[in-house]
Amino acid sequence: MRNLIPILTALGALLLIWQLAVAPMNIRGALDIAERGGAQITPEGSVPRRDVSVWRLMAENSSYVARGYALDRPRLPTPAQVSLELWKTTGAMVMKGRAWSKRSLIYHGWVTLQSTLWGFLLGTSLGVLGAIAIVYSRTAQLSLMPWAIISQTIPIVALAPMIIVVSSQIGVEGRGLPKAIISAYLCYFPVLVGMVKGLRAPEPSQLDLLKTYDANGLQSFLKLRLPASLPFLFTSLKVGIAAALVGTIVGELPTGAISGLGARILIGDQFGTPLAIWSALFAAAFLAGMLVTLLDLVQRIALRQMGAQA
Amino acid sequence: MSVISAQDLNLTFQTNDGPVHALSDVQLEIDKGDFVSFIGPSGCGKTTFLRCIAALETPTSGQLTVNAMPPDAARKSRAYGYVFQNAGLYPWRTIGRNIRLPLEIMGYPKDEMASRIQRVLKMVDLEGFEKKYPWQLSGGMQQRASIARALAFDADLLLMDEPFGALDEIVRDHLNEQLLQLWAQTGKTIAFVTHSIPEAVYLSTKIVVMSPRPGRITDVIESPLPKERPLDIRETPEFLALAQRVRDGLRAGHSYD
Repeated sequence: MRNLIPILTALGALLLIWQLAVAPMNIRGALDIAERGGAQITPEGSVPRRDVSVWRLMAENSSYVARGYALDRPRLPTPAQVSLELWKTTGAMVMKGRAWSKRSLIYHGWVTLQSTLWGFLLGTSLGVLGAIAIVYSRTAQLSLMPWAIISQTIPIVALAPMIIVVSSQIGVEGRGLPKAIISAYLCYFPVLVGMVKGLRAPEPSQLDLLKTYDANGLQSFLKLRLPASLPFLFTSLKVGIAAALVGTIVGELPTGAISGLGARILIGDQFGTPLAIWSALFAAAFLAGMLVTLLDLVQRIALRQMGAQA
Repeated sequence: MSVISAQDLNLTFQTNDGPVHALSDVQLEIDKGDFVSFIGPSGCGKTTFLRCIAALETPTSGQLTVNAMPPDAARKSRAYGYVFQNAGLYPWRTIGRNIRLPLEIMGYPKDEMASRIQRVLKMVDLEGFEKKYPWQLSGGMQQRASIARALAFDADLLLMDEPFGALDEIVRDHLNEQLLQLWAQTGKTIAFVTHSIPEAVYLSTKIVVMSPRPGRITDVIESPLPKERPLDIRETPEFLALAQRVRDGLRAGHSYD
């Protein structure tokens, strides 16, 4: 309960800033519409108004500021508009029994979630295997690590279309696999880095101890390095799943996909419906929050099983 | 019969600042059932020597045998239990499962593991703590658990590297007393590194005084004290004379700096 107050305060402040920002963001649109409806606006005409600051426009046409909060295609929708749109595309669809319709964000969210989970699985496996190779082989460390770092300097937006093209060239049907690959591409790196650190976490004396038992490599991996790395693994998994979601959405953007939250964002952009963009963005944020919270829960349970201090 | 025999043992580490002579011409015989303490200032090679016995370091030259074998063969035959300065218990394992660790690695049958764990827990007076995690135990209890772990697989040789160095004096006195009982009870050969003169004198049948740069043995003292040693033996003239001799030996080794 004590945690709730600061959280709600921050949330309230953000909503307030958002609500206030709607006025200057939408004033031009509101004035254009009002003028078309025959109202007297100073200065006249939308072209001359381009050179006037939003603050002066608001000051000189103060009676039309409120109209910016009720536009059909606002530059910045109000929190209430976004909430309503979110409700219309989720809860209301469910109540109408059309949760899986193409207009439902639940459907698009599910498409994105699937790719995200496949990408997460693929990326995590690659990251863990890469980390094991790097920790156990100096050759792998010298050859793999630089490429891993370089891979993250290439903008994923540039790489995503190439992955789509290559996968369709080699005969992969559908968008599922290429999207998962793009998602894995973003997700493997935090897992790799975290696991390298985690597998190297045991102190020299702990490794010496196993040597005094004449433990073999597999034993020291399973009994020492792996359990010692788990706290690091969970931390990087949480970063990784968020990255996987971003990767999937990016994978849906420039690829002509028609379903998925990324596609909704793109379509909203192309058809000039900011409300669709904003509700897709919030759906993505909600999805990310859910996934991270879920992993956090798994982490707590797992580490408690491993005797972590409560 | 010598359990550990070192002849002309040398170990030189190559560092960026040039070679460091960690051990120089070390000669030593340790007999079965001995309690040998290695005492000296930091850098005198006492820990390095112990690590050579454990085959965790390899001497540059000279002869070293453990149970008449090369150290590495002795390590592979699990000839010794090693107790590190920090207890080094795995935080994700309970005390019982920490003691189980060497037994799992060495492939003991399940029911034998359980009985061994109970036996060594009893030896270090930790019965009932099997299911506790290390963080739930005090430093002294953790170190006792780590001794139990070293005892679990019945090696005849116990190598202890400043095991009580991080503990306060009251706990240390108590553990010293317990260790002597344990030694009397099991008849193990113990090599014990310390930088505490009273600890070395109280525990040992043989005290090896070492000095640094290069790391070498300056004195080997056979203790005239009886095997039965109550804590108040430390007030007797024999004990104090022995402590004085160790102190003189340490001082002589330091005379040049």
